[in-house]
Amino acid sequence: MMPGSIQEASALLQKDEVTSVELTEALLARAKEKDNLNAYLELFEEDALAQAKEADRRRKNGESGNLLGIPLAIKDNILIEGKRAGAASKMLEHYTATYDATVISKLRGEGAVFIGRTNMDEFALGGSTENSAFGPTKNPHDEERVAGGTSGGSAAAVAAGLALGALGSDTGGSVRNPASFCGVVGLKPTYGAVSRSGLIAAVSSFDQIGPIANTVADTKLLFEAIRGRDPLDSTSTLGAVPVQKGKVIGVPANVKVGLDTDVEENFEHALKKLEGEGYEIRRDVALSSLAPSLASYYITNFAEVSTNLARFDGVRYGLHEEGEDLLGDYLKSRKAGFGPETRRRIILGTYVLSAGYYDAYYGKAAAARAALSADFKAAFEAIDFIATPTMPTPAFRIGEKADPLSLYLADVFTVPANLTGSPALSVPSGFVEREGKKLPVGIQFMAPHFGEDALLAVGVAFLGEPSLT
Amino acid sequence: MIGDRDIEKLAALSRIELSPAERESLRADIEAILAYIGEIEKVPAGSASGVPPYSGLLNVMREDANPTPAGTYTERLLREVPERQGDYVKVKQVLTQR
Repeated sequence: MMPGSIQEASALLQKDEVTSVELTEALLARAKEKDNLNAYLELFEEDALAQAKEADRRRKNGESGNLLGIPLAIKDNILIEGKRAGAASKMLEHYTATYDATVISKLRGEGAVFIGRTNMDEFALGGSTENSAFGPTKNPHDEERVAGGTSGGSAAAVAAGLALGALGSDTGGSVRNPASFCGVVGLKPTYGAVSRSGLIAAVSSFDQIGPIANTVADTKLLFEAIRGRDPLDSTSTLGAVPVQKGKVIGVPANVKVGLDTDVEENFEHALKKLEGEGYEIRRDVALSSLAPSLASYYITNFAEVSTNLARFDGVRYGLHEEGEDLLGDYLKSRKAGFGPETRRRIILGTYVLSAGYYDAYYGKAAAARAALSADFKAAFEAIDFIATPTMPTPAFRIGEKADPLSLYLADVFTVPANLTGSPALSVPSGFVEREGKKLPVGIQFMAPHFGEDALLAVGVAFLGEPSLT
Repeated sequence: MIGDRDIEKLAALSRIELSPAERESLRADIEAILAYIGEIEKVPAGSASGVPPYSGLLNVMREDANPTPAGTYTERLLREVPERQGDYVKVKQVLTQR
């Protein structure tokens, strides 16, 4: 019987009732059996078993640790030395990572086992994992639906029991969105809390690596293992943990716009439950600068994506297509290597950064972002948390949102945390029904910078998990 | 309004080759997306511009110390290069005669 959480597995390992090799073998077998979900792009069978063996040896020698011997799934944009890492793109299909991401070195130190790399939207651009060059990941709750994105493979792997926990990355909701659609827990840490060294860059001023797990306690274990300042990422910082003892949750006044009716009911029910747990709900939180969030987010996203992806030129690494001259090499390599959404965003980024439009788009987006940050800061003087549904709907059908703009609009609740750098947590809040299938829905909490502990405590209270130590 | 010529120019600046069919579908998508993000116009200019979104983030300098011994990563990095000549990355001629 597979343990349902990292904590459970860790207790069994410690009591010598199971070995890491046994856990890893069982998860690998299950992952192969559930191959149809397309959660993993590759299983690291041999390496994972070697790491598990080593973890068992370390434990025999008296070491202990919550992650020692725990099999984890890693998103395909996080580098593991010697393994392929491709950001689910044809551009990097045959690329082998030349070094470990800092989060990977940290997890190695803890003795974690990496069982495979998970599917995602190409270069972390999307919200459903449909932009993967290797096909969409299916939702374990209904295989005709998306798993969410961009960390869809990581969330599906955890939800389907193909890993005990996973790492994803969150640029505009990419950890929280699939966590919500798959019914698991996902944390986007404060910007700077976790090193980005070894994360394939999408939008450098938004990107954060975050854990996805079955429980809030597991999420905390993973977060504590990966956080911390890193000389290799100058934006990483220890940050001062805010004093947060209050139990006041603010709900933005216009939160209901665009919500599915049953998602709204679910959210209302969740707020009642929180009131029952002793939290005070305030519904009058005026965040006037929330309105232009999506526009500000996408302008910044396009701009930084076009800059970050300029490095893929078919010369130093990645796909190379032969052209007539050097320019021809660039044009052909980038045409063949990038998928449609990636190309669209690069071109849009080129547009918003062009001399004539820079002030009208990028300048205003930066102003809107600063205004929202100031708004959040002011709001957190009076309240301790902000709550919203994580997503306005449950998982949609694969192929349903063919028009790119409709997919962008689904990010309305998740992007403010990235714009303001705030930590945000999505926890499962029950189910709604679509075509006879029960689909998970998530609730999101946001907190002031470096307020992760308080945030995780709300998650624990909401789910009724034992208090965190 | 975004025209065909604009898309062509942006694609050239982005160093991406597009087929005519793709140019047209991109044009339609981009027009819709720009119309949406155009709501950013309502944000007053300079309202808070220049203010970095995160407080306490400064430019970080580091000591130029502990250099990696030459050759440590050479093979690992060159293995990823599409075309190499010895320990060099092989690139097509940059300047050409017209």
